[in-house]
Amino acid sequence: MSASSKGQNRVVVYPDWCKGCGICVAFCPKHVLAPGPDGKAVVVDEDACVNCGFCEPHCPDFAIVVAPRNGNGVNGRPNGKSPATDATHGKEDCP
Amino acid sequence: MAEVTQLIHQYLRHNKKFPLVFCPGCGHGIVLGSLVRSVHALGLSKDEVVVVAGIGCSGRIAAYVDFNTVHATHGRALTIATGIKMANPGLTVIAVMGDGDAFSIGGNHLIHAARRNIGVTALVLNNFIYGMTGGQCSSTTPEGAYSHTSPMGQLEAAFDIVELTRAAGASGVARGTVFHVKALDGLIAAALSQPGFNLVEALTPCFTQYGRGNGFKSAVDMFKWLKDKAVPLEAYEKLEDKAGRIPIGVFVKRDAPGLETRYAAMRQRLLEKRGGAA
Repeated sequence: MSASSKGQNRVVVYPDWCKGCGICVAFCPKHVLAPGPDGKAVVVDEDACVNCGFCEPHCPDFAIVVAPRNGNGVNGRPNGKSPATDATHGKEDCP
Repeated sequence: MAEVTQLIHQYLRHNKKFPLVFCPGCGHGIVLGSLVRSVHALGLSKDEVVVVAGIGCSGRIAAYVDFNTVHATHGRALTIATGIKMANPGLTVIAVMGDGDAFSIGGNHLIHAARRNIGVTALVLNNFIYGMTGGQCSSTTPEGAYSHTSPMGQLEAAFDIVELTRAAGASGVARGTVFHVKALDGLIAAALSQPGFNLVEALTPCFTQYGRGNGFKSAVDMFKWLKDKAVPLEAYEKLEDKAGRIPIGVFVKRDAPGLETRYAAMRQRLLEKRGGAA
Protein backbone atom coordinates (compact mmCIF):
# COMPACT_ATOMS: atom_id res chain seq x y z
CA MET A 1 0.00 0.00 0.00
CA SER A 2 1.30 3.40 -0.87
CA ALA A 3 2.65 5.45 1.98
CA SER A 4 1.05 8.59 0.70
CA SER A 5 -2.28 8.16 2.44
CA LYS A 6 -0.79 8.31 5.92
CA GLY A 7 -2.30 11.14 7.92
CA GLN A 8 -5.10 11.57 5.40
CA ASN A 9 -7.63 9.16 6.77
CA ARG A 10 -10.43 9.44 9.22
CA VAL A 11 -11.16 6.32 11.26
CA VAL A 12 -14.52 6.04 12.99
CA VAL A 13 -15.64 3.21 15.27
CA TYR A 14 -19.35 3.08 16.05
CA PRO A 15 -19.55 2.05 19.71
CA ASP A 16 -23.17 0.92 19.45
CA TRP A 17 -22.27 -1.81 16.98
CA CYS A 18 -18.77 -2.67 18.25
CA LYS A 19 -18.69 -5.75 20.49
CA GLY A 20 -15.07 -5.42 21.53
CA CYS A 21 -13.86 -8.63 19.89
CA GLY A 22 -10.42 -7.07 19.41
CA ILE A 23 -9.76 -8.25 15.86
CA CYS A 24 -9.11 -4.75 14.52
CA VAL A 25 -6.93 -3.87 17.53
CA ALA A 26 -4.84 -7.03 17.20
CA PHE A 27 -4.22 -6.88 13.46
CA CYS A 28 -3.96 -3.13 12.76
CA PRO A 29 -0.43 -2.82 11.34
CA LYS A 30 -0.07 0.79 12.56
CA HIS A 31 -1.72 0.43 15.98
CA VAL A 32 -4.32 3.03 15.17
CA LEU A 33 -6.88 1.31 17.38
CA ALA A 34 -6.72 0.26 21.02
CA PRO A 35 -9.20 -1.28 23.43
CA GLY A 36 -11.16 1.34 25.36
CA PRO A 37 -12.27 1.10 28.99
CA ASP A 38 -15.23 -1.10 28.06
CA GLY A 39 -13.16 -3.28 25.74
CA LYS A 40 -14.53 -1.68 22.60
CA ALA A 41 -12.10 -0.34 20.04
CA VAL A 42 -11.22 3.33 20.17
CA VAL A 43 -9.11 5.33 17.76
CA VAL A 44 -5.85 6.39 19.43
CA ASP A 45 -3.58 7.34 16.56
CA GLU A 46 -5.61 8.32 13.55
CA ASP A 47 -2.68 10.01 11.84
CA ALA A 48 -0.86 6.68 11.61
CA CYS A 49 -3.62 5.06 9.54
CA VAL A 50 -2.43 4.09 6.07
CA ASN A 51 -5.83 2.84 4.89
CA CYS A 52 -4.45 -0.65 4.44
CA GLY A 53 -7.97 -2.00 4.16
CA PHE A 54 -7.77 -4.63 6.86
CA CYS A 55 -10.13 -3.49 9.59
CA GLU A 56 -13.19 -2.59 7.56
CA PRO A 57 -13.90 -5.93 5.88
CA HIS A 58 -12.65 -7.85 8.94
CA CYS A 59 -14.98 -6.16 11.39
CA PRO A 60 -17.71 -8.76 11.96
CA ASP A 61 -20.13 -6.06 13.08
CA PHE A 62 -19.57 -3.43 10.38
CA ALA A 63 -18.61 -0.97 13.11
CA ILE A 64 -15.54 0.63 11.48
CA VAL A 65 -15.42 3.15 8.70
CA VAL A 66 -12.15 4.41 7.27
CA ALA A 67 -12.51 7.32 4.88
CA PRO A 68 -10.12 9.82 3.37
CA ARG A 69 -10.30 13.17 5.14
CA ASN A 70 -10.59 15.11 1.91
CA GLY A 71 -13.98 13.51 1.43
CA ASN A 72 -13.30 12.20 -2.04
CA GLY A 73 -14.45 8.76 -1.05
CA VAL A 74 -13.14 6.00 -3.24
CA ASN A 75 -11.14 8.37 -5.41
CA GLY A 76 -9.37 9.73 -2.39
CA ARG A 77 -7.42 6.52 -1.92
CA PRO A 78 -3.65 6.73 -2.02
CA ASN A 79 -2.31 7.99 -5.29
CA GLY A 80 1.26 8.66 -4.21
CA LYS A 81 1.16 12.28 -5.38
CA SER A 82 -0.19 14.18 -2.42
CA PRO A 83 2.05 17.18 -1.61
CA ALA A 84 0.66 17.40 1.90
CA THR A 85 2.06 14.05 2.94
CA ASP A 86 5.17 14.06 0.81
CA ALA A 87 6.44 16.92 2.92
CA THR A 88 6.03 15.05 6.18
CA HIS A 89 6.93 11.60 5.00
CA GLY A 90 10.37 10.94 3.72
CA LYS A 91 11.78 8.65 6.37
CA GLU A 92 8.68 6.75 7.39
CA ASP A 93 8.08 3.34 5.94
CA CYS A 94 4.63 1.98 5.42
CA PRO A 95 3.71 -1.45 4.14
CA MET B 1 -12.22 2.01 2.20
CA ALA B 2 -15.28 3.73 3.47
CA GLU B 3 -17.22 2.22 0.65
CA VAL B 4 -16.88 -1.22 2.24
CA THR B 5 -19.12 -0.47 5.18
CA GLN B 6 -21.39 1.88 3.26
CA LEU B 7 -21.99 -0.82 0.70
CA ILE B 8 -23.01 -3.35 3.34
CA HIS B 9 -25.48 -0.88 4.82
CA GLN B 10 -27.22 -0.69 1.44
CA TYR B 11 -27.97 -4.39 1.70
CA LEU B 12 -28.95 -4.66 5.37
CA ARG B 13 -32.46 -4.67 6.75
CA HIS B 14 -32.23 -1.81 9.15
CA ASN B 15 -35.49 -2.66 10.88
CA LYS B 16 -33.76 -5.70 12.39
CA LYS B 17 -32.07 -5.58 15.74
CA PHE B 18 -28.46 -4.49 15.59
CA PRO B 19 -25.67 -5.16 16.39
CA LEU B 20 -25.70 -8.61 14.84
CA VAL B 21 -26.81 -11.48 17.06
CA PHE B 22 -23.43 -13.23 16.74
CA CYS B 23 -20.98 -13.47 19.66
CA PRO B 24 -18.02 -11.08 19.77
CA GLY B 25 -15.31 -12.35 17.45
CA CYS B 26 -17.62 -14.64 15.49
CA GLY B 27 -16.66 -14.75 11.84
CA HIS B 28 -20.20 -15.05 10.54
CA GLY B 29 -20.52 -11.28 10.22
CA ILE B 30 -17.43 -11.23 8.04
CA VAL B 31 -18.94 -13.87 5.76
CA LEU B 32 -22.13 -11.81 5.61
CA GLY B 33 -20.11 -8.82 4.45
CA SER B 34 -18.25 -10.98 1.96
CA LEU B 35 -21.52 -12.30 0.54
CA VAL B 36 -22.86 -8.78 0.10
CA ARG B 37 -19.70 -7.60 -1.64
CA SER B 38 -19.73 -10.59 -3.96
CA VAL B 39 -23.36 -10.02 -4.97
CA HIS B 40 -22.65 -6.33 -5.50
CA ALA B 41 -19.55 -7.06 -7.56
CA LEU B 42 -21.61 -9.20 -9.92
CA GLY B 43 -24.11 -6.37 -10.38
CA LEU B 44 -27.10 -8.44 -9.31
CA SER B 45 -30.17 -6.60 -8.09
CA LYS B 46 -31.66 -7.48 -4.71
CA ASP B 47 -34.72 -9.02 -6.35
CA GLU B 48 -32.62 -11.43 -8.38
CA VAL B 49 -31.01 -13.01 -5.36
CA VAL B 50 -32.54 -15.56 -3.01
CA VAL B 51 -30.82 -16.45 0.23
CA VAL B 52 -32.04 -19.66 1.85
CA ALA B 53 -30.66 -20.36 5.29
CA GLY B 54 -31.06 -23.27 7.63
CA ILE B 55 -31.06 -23.42 11.39
CA GLY B 56 -28.07 -22.39 13.41
CA CYS B 57 -26.02 -19.26 13.90
CA SER B 58 -25.52 -19.06 10.14
CA GLY B 59 -29.30 -19.10 9.68
CA ARG B 60 -29.46 -15.61 11.12
CA ILE B 61 -27.67 -14.26 8.06
CA ALA B 62 -30.84 -14.56 6.02
CA ALA B 63 -32.65 -12.28 8.44
CA TYR B 64 -30.19 -9.43 8.00
CA VAL B 65 -29.80 -9.20 4.23
CA ASP B 66 -32.34 -7.42 2.11
CA PHE B 67 -32.63 -10.06 -0.61
CA ASN B 68 -35.46 -12.53 -1.06
CA THR B 69 -34.88 -14.70 1.97
CA VAL B 70 -36.18 -17.99 3.30
CA HIS B 71 -35.40 -19.37 6.72
CA ALA B 72 -35.69 -23.12 6.27
CA THR B 73 -35.88 -26.00 8.70
CA HIS B 74 -32.71 -27.63 9.97
CA GLY B 75 -30.66 -29.13 7.16
CA ARG B 76 -33.28 -28.43 4.53
CA ALA B 77 -31.93 -25.19 3.11
CA LEU B 78 -30.68 -26.99 0.01
CA THR B 79 -33.95 -28.75 -0.69
CA ILE B 80 -35.85 -25.49 -0.60
CA ALA B 81 -33.14 -23.82 -2.66
CA THR B 82 -33.42 -26.64 -5.20
CA GLY B 83 -37.16 -26.05 -5.51
CA ILE B 84 -36.72 -22.32 -5.95
CA LYS B 85 -34.06 -22.77 -8.63
CA MET B 86 -36.16 -25.32 -10.56
CA ALA B 87 -39.24 -23.11 -10.41
CA ASN B 88 -37.45 -19.94 -11.42
CA PRO B 89 -34.04 -20.64 -12.97
CA GLY B 90 -33.44 -16.92 -13.50
CA LEU B 91 -32.80 -16.36 -9.83
CA THR B 92 -29.42 -16.57 -8.17
CA VAL B 93 -30.02 -18.94 -5.28
CA ILE B 94 -27.63 -19.06 -2.34
CA ALA B 95 -28.02 -21.62 0.43
CA VAL B 96 -26.29 -20.41 3.58
CA MET B 97 -25.65 -23.27 5.97
CA GLY B 98 -23.53 -24.13 8.92
CA ASP B 99 -21.41 -27.25 9.05
CA GLY B 100 -23.96 -29.13 11.13
CA ASP B 101 -26.76 -27.94 8.90
CA ALA B 102 -25.01 -28.89 5.67
CA PHE B 103 -23.12 -32.04 6.59
CA SER B 104 -24.83 -33.68 9.54
CA ILE B 105 -28.53 -33.08 9.37
CA GLY B 106 -28.60 -32.04 5.74
CA GLY B 107 -25.73 -34.24 4.60
CA ASN B 108 -27.95 -36.36 2.41
CA HIS B 109 -29.41 -33.33 0.69
CA LEU B 110 -25.98 -31.92 0.08
CA ILE B 111 -24.50 -34.93 -1.64
CA HIS B 112 -27.57 -35.26 -3.83
CA ALA B 113 -27.65 -31.58 -4.68
CA ALA B 114 -24.02 -31.96 -5.75
CA ARG B 115 -24.79 -35.13 -7.70
CA ARG B 116 -27.68 -33.46 -9.53
CA ASN B 117 -25.54 -30.40 -10.07
CA ILE B 118 -28.45 -28.09 -9.39
CA GLY B 119 -27.50 -24.47 -10.00
CA VAL B 120 -27.37 -23.38 -6.39
CA THR B 121 -24.44 -21.88 -4.51
CA ALA B 122 -23.95 -23.47 -1.12
CA LEU B 123 -22.13 -21.26 1.34
CA VAL B 124 -21.07 -23.45 4.25
CA LEU B 125 -19.90 -21.61 7.34
CA ASN B 126 -17.70 -24.18 9.01
CA ASN B 127 -17.03 -23.42 12.67
CA PHE B 128 -16.30 -27.05 13.62
CA ILE B 129 -19.14 -27.25 16.13
CA TYR B 130 -22.85 -26.87 16.78
CA GLY B 131 -22.61 -23.35 18.11
CA MET B 132 -26.19 -22.26 18.63
CA THR B 133 -27.39 -25.40 20.38
CA GLY B 134 -24.66 -25.33 23.00
CA GLY B 135 -21.40 -26.70 21.64
CA GLN B 136 -22.05 -30.31 20.69
CA CYS B 137 -19.56 -31.99 18.39
CA SER B 138 -20.49 -31.97 14.72
CA SER B 139 -19.34 -34.02 11.78
CA THR B 140 -16.58 -31.51 11.12
CA THR B 141 -15.22 -31.32 14.66
CA PRO B 142 -11.55 -32.31 14.29
CA GLU B 143 -10.45 -35.58 15.84
CA GLY B 144 -9.34 -35.09 19.42
CA ALA B 145 -11.03 -31.71 19.83
CA TYR B 146 -13.02 -30.86 22.92
CA SER B 147 -16.73 -30.20 22.71
CA HIS B 148 -19.51 -30.51 25.26
CA THR B 149 -20.44 -33.92 23.92
CA SER B 150 -16.86 -35.06 23.48
CA PRO B 151 -15.30 -33.88 26.76
CA MET B 152 -12.40 -36.35 26.49
CA GLY B 153 -11.75 -35.45 22.86
CA GLN B 154 -13.64 -36.26 19.70
CA LEU B 155 -13.16 -39.91 18.78
CA GLU B 156 -14.64 -39.73 15.31
CA ALA B 157 -12.82 -38.48 12.26
CA ALA B 158 -14.04 -35.26 10.68
CA PHE B 159 -15.54 -34.84 7.26
CA ASP B 160 -13.40 -33.07 4.70
CA ILE B 161 -16.08 -30.89 3.17
CA VAL B 162 -14.10 -30.21 0.03
CA GLU B 163 -13.28 -33.85 -0.72
CA LEU B 164 -16.82 -34.99 -0.03
CA THR B 165 -18.39 -32.42 -2.31
CA ARG B 166 -15.80 -33.05 -5.00
CA ALA B 167 -16.59 -36.77 -4.91
CA ALA B 168 -20.31 -36.07 -5.07
CA GLY B 169 -19.84 -34.31 -8.39
CA ALA B 170 -20.21 -30.58 -7.77
CA SER B 171 -19.32 -28.08 -10.49
CA GLY B 172 -17.23 -25.96 -8.19
CA VAL B 173 -15.71 -26.44 -4.77
CA ALA B 174 -13.69 -23.82 -2.92
CA ARG B 175 -12.51 -23.11 0.57
CA GLY B 176 -11.73 -19.78 2.16
CA THR B 177 -11.35 -18.35 5.63
CA VAL B 178 -12.69 -15.22 7.24
CA PHE B 179 -9.15 -14.05 7.83
CA HIS B 180 -8.42 -14.13 4.09
CA VAL B 181 -11.55 -12.16 3.41
CA LYS B 182 -10.60 -10.62 0.08
CA ALA B 183 -9.88 -14.06 -1.29
CA LEU B 184 -13.21 -15.21 0.13
CA ASP B 185 -14.99 -12.39 -1.75
CA GLY B 186 -13.48 -13.68 -4.96
CA LEU B 187 -14.36 -17.30 -4.21
CA ILE B 188 -18.00 -16.48 -3.52
CA ALA B 189 -18.28 -14.26 -6.59
CA ALA B 190 -16.75 -16.99 -8.76
CA ALA B 191 -19.12 -19.57 -7.31
CA LEU B 192 -22.14 -17.34 -7.94
CA SER B 193 -21.23 -16.79 -11.57
CA GLN B 194 -20.50 -20.42 -12.43
CA PRO B 195 -23.33 -22.72 -13.56
CA GLY B 196 -24.09 -25.88 -11.64
CA PHE B 197 -23.72 -26.66 -7.97
CA ASN B 198 -21.00 -24.64 -6.32
CA LEU B 199 -19.90 -24.97 -2.74
CA VAL B 200 -17.79 -22.48 -0.84
CA GLU B 201 -16.60 -23.55 2.57
CA ALA B 202 -15.81 -20.55 4.76
CA LEU B 203 -13.82 -21.35 7.88
CA THR B 204 -15.12 -19.09 10.58
CA PRO B 205 -14.02 -19.30 14.20
CA CYS B 206 -16.50 -19.95 17.00
CA PHE B 207 -14.67 -18.82 20.11
CA THR B 208 -17.61 -19.14 22.48
CA GLN B 209 -18.29 -22.82 21.88
CA TYR B 210 -15.20 -24.20 20.16
CA GLY B 211 -12.25 -21.95 20.90
CA ARG B 212 -12.56 -21.78 24.67
CA GLY B 213 -12.46 -25.54 25.05
CA ASN B 214 -9.59 -26.04 22.64
CA GLY B 215 -6.79 -23.90 23.97
CA PHE B 216 -7.56 -20.60 22.29
CA LYS B 217 -7.27 -17.62 24.61
CA SER B 218 -9.43 -15.25 22.62
CA ALA B 219 -11.27 -14.85 19.36
CA VAL B 220 -8.22 -13.02 18.07
CA ASP B 221 -6.19 -16.15 18.81
CA MET B 222 -8.45 -18.10 16.48
CA PHE B 223 -7.94 -15.55 13.73
CA LYS B 224 -4.17 -15.86 14.23
CA TRP B 225 -4.57 -19.61 13.97
CA LEU B 226 -6.39 -19.23 10.66
CA LYS B 227 -3.69 -16.86 9.46
CA ASP B 228 -0.94 -19.34 10.37
CA LYS B 229 -2.55 -22.56 9.26
CA ALA B 230 -4.35 -21.69 6.06
CA VAL B 231 -2.17 -21.80 2.95
CA PRO B 232 -3.11 -21.33 -0.71
CA LEU B 233 -3.62 -24.61 -2.51
CA GLU B 234 -0.59 -24.18 -4.80
CA ALA B 235 1.72 -23.57 -1.84
CA TYR B 236 0.09 -26.39 0.14
CA GLU B 237 0.94 -28.94 -2.52
CA LYS B 238 4.61 -28.02 -2.29
CA LEU B 239 4.69 -28.24 1.51
CA GLU B 240 6.69 -31.10 2.99
CA ASP B 241 4.96 -31.04 6.36
CA LYS B 242 1.27 -30.74 5.72
CA ALA B 243 0.16 -31.67 9.22
CA GLY B 244 -2.28 -29.17 10.62
CA ARG B 245 -2.21 -26.96 7.54
CA ILE B 246 -5.42 -26.11 5.74
CA PRO B 247 -5.38 -25.62 1.96
CA ILE B 248 -7.56 -22.77 0.71
CA GLY B 249 -8.54 -21.77 -2.79
CA VAL B 250 -10.45 -23.31 -5.66
CA PHE B 251 -10.39 -27.11 -5.62
CA VAL B 252 -12.86 -28.00 -8.35
CA LYS B 253 -13.90 -25.89 -11.30
CA ARG B 254 -15.56 -27.68 -14.14
CA ASP B 255 -17.93 -26.49 -16.77
CA ALA B 256 -21.12 -28.49 -16.48
CA PRO B 257 -24.70 -27.34 -17.04
CA GLY B 258 -26.95 -27.20 -14.01
CA LEU B 259 -29.96 -29.44 -13.55
CA GLU B 260 -32.34 -26.58 -14.35
CA THR B 261 -30.62 -26.04 -17.72
CA ARG B 262 -30.74 -29.73 -18.58
CA TYR B 263 -34.38 -29.86 -17.53
CA ALA B 264 -35.28 -26.91 -19.75
CA ALA B 265 -33.43 -28.51 -22.66
CA MET B 266 -35.25 -31.80 -22.17
CA ARG B 267 -38.58 -30.03 -21.92
CA GLN B 268 -37.86 -28.16 -25.14
CA ARG B 269 -36.84 -31.36 -26.89
CA LEU B 270 -39.99 -33.20 -25.81
CA LEU B 271 -42.23 -30.30 -26.79
CA GLU B 272 -40.65 -30.20 -30.23
CA LYS B 273 -41.05 -33.94 -30.56
CA ARG B 274 -44.72 -33.76 -29.65
CA GLY B 275 -45.25 -30.79 -31.94
CA GLY B 276 -43.62 -32.67 -34.80
CA ALA B 277 -45.72 -35.77 -34.26
CA ALA B 278 -49.00 -33.92 -34.03
